[in-house]
Amino acid sequence: MGWIHHIINSINAWFDGLSPMVQFSTISVLKIIGVFAVLMTIVAYAVWVERKVSAAIQDRIGPNRFGPFGLLQPLADAVKSMHKEDFTPAHVRKVYFWLAPAITLIPGLVVVAVIPFGSYIGHQKMVIADLDVGILYTFGIVSLGVYGIVLAGYASNSKFPFLGGIRSSAQLISYEIAMGMSVVAVFLIVGNLNLSQVVEYQAGWLRWLPILPNWLIFKQPLAFIIFMVAAFAETNRTPFDLPEAEQELAGGYNVEYSSMKFALFFMGEYANVTAASAMMVTLFFGGWTLPFAGLDHAAGPDQWGLGVLHILIFLAKTCAVLFMIIWVRWMWPRFRYDQLMDLGWRRFIPLALANIIVTAVILWAKS
Amino acid sequence: MIVKRKKLNFWERLYVPAVLGGFKVTLRHFFKKKVTMQYPEEKWVVPEGYRGAPYLVKDQEGNTKCVSCQLCEFVCPPKAIKITPPGADWKLADRPNAEKMPKEFEINMLRCIFCGFCQEVCPEEAIFLEQDYSLTGTSRQEMIYNKEKLLQLGGKHAGIQKWKHKAEEAKEQENFPVKP
Repeated sequence: MGWIHHIINSINAWFDGLSPMVQFSTISVLKIIGVFAVLMTIVAYAVWVERKVSAAIQDRIGPNRFGPFGLLQPLADAVKSMHKEDFTPAHVRKVYFWLAPAITLIPGLVVVAVIPFGSYIGHQKMVIADLDVGILYTFGIVSLGVYGIVLAGYASNSKFPFLGGIRSSAQLISYEIAMGMSVVAVFLIVGNLNLSQVVEYQAGWLRWLPILPNWLIFKQPLAFIIFMVAAFAETNRTPFDLPEAEQELAGGYNVEYSSMKFALFFMGEYANVTAASAMMVTLFFGGWTLPFAGLDHAAGPDQWGLGVLHILIFLAKTCAVLFMIIWVRWMWPRFRYDQLMDLGWRRFIPLALANIIVTAVILWAKS
Repeated sequence: MIVKRKKLNFWERLYVPAVLGGFKVTLRHFFKKKVTMQYPEEKWVVPEGYRGAPYLVKDQEGNTKCVSCQLCEFVCPPKAIKITPPGADWKLADRPNAEKMPKEFEINMLRCIFCGFCQEVCPEEAIFLEQDYSLTGTSRQEMIYNKEKLLQLGGKHAGIQKWKHKAEEAKEQENFPVKP
């Protein structure tokens, strides 16, 4: 065991010899690689989970041939989508056609940069970018995600993808407003836009009902419901998957895409869903904390095990929320388009505003 | 006719009962027994009268029944059957009580639609749709089955022999014990 300590000490010594800038970049690169690897694995296995859960709900077994319980099925899907012919139809707008899948995938990947997925390992904070305006960054990036679908619909130069893209973009911008406003109430309570502070605020037990953890879902249930429904709408998941469901009916924004570009759309959708569930866990379900056994204190510089445990707690919560999102898809019928817009503009925005005002009044009365 | 629209109460308008109902139903199905059959290992039982692939049959003594009347070729909707009649030299009949046998009898299994018309029209009950449903081959040529292959796959089939059975039934009715 002595040689492990020797190796760690020599790495630490080399590391301390570098300039702070280089230290920061090295650690950030390592964190980015780690987060990206975990995110891509979750995306690949979200597809597996979706297929198995949908099969279980429909009284059938999902993939079970490749690997035990079909666990290697995502590998088979990846090989298949790489081997398909990557066809570019004749009358598309080539630049936008090639750009659109990338623009759809990138915001989903980039938004996880501010989410604290753990407390500390050693001296390093387990968040890629500890921004003090974390949530503003998130909403900015989410707004960029609209462009991918709009461009996909426009570039395909065909009626059905165009309609799908238009509907989807209208849906996305409507629910962004409701999502942003619902979260304002949460930040009024926490008093700080930094997501790590939001997580640390949710430590301990609820003051007036000590059997429940101090999570913000119990203090802001209406904000949670609005945020959750808006997150479904933002990621184009059922019951708001009109742009996607049109595939089953006629077209949809990704009908002209094949092989790798289609796989990018697919991955982008699941990456968005994963990022949305990670955001929900951070804001409403306590992030990496659990209220008992001292798991809601940040890990010290020597508590590597605790640091890793925090990351695992966060991942477990994210996977639970992801499972719920996948389960919902096979449960409820989808909204009609006018019902969807009605819900976004005429119900959620007034409710979110009312929530902000009531929260603000209560906080003012308490101070 | 006027459709009665029930007035929804407050919780129903918030979709709460619908949401909870959805959870209950899907959870119930989650734990039910699955109906999937693991196909190549478990196969389903082919029912009686299933229209599988058409094959030529032999009668109880092992003689081929087809007399090359070409009715099945004529009635086949996709023209999958191709028969070469024996022509002027009739040396090909290899069984008693028959003068003709087809020189060559081909069914293109890729064109066959398994309708059963050939079985219905054959006057000699020589072609039957048996129970094979998964036919595979590695080339189009391989899927055109010729006479030997059809006879080999067909096996023995006494046929329906409708009139013989009706005659037997009639005889039994003559011997039916009548109450005095």
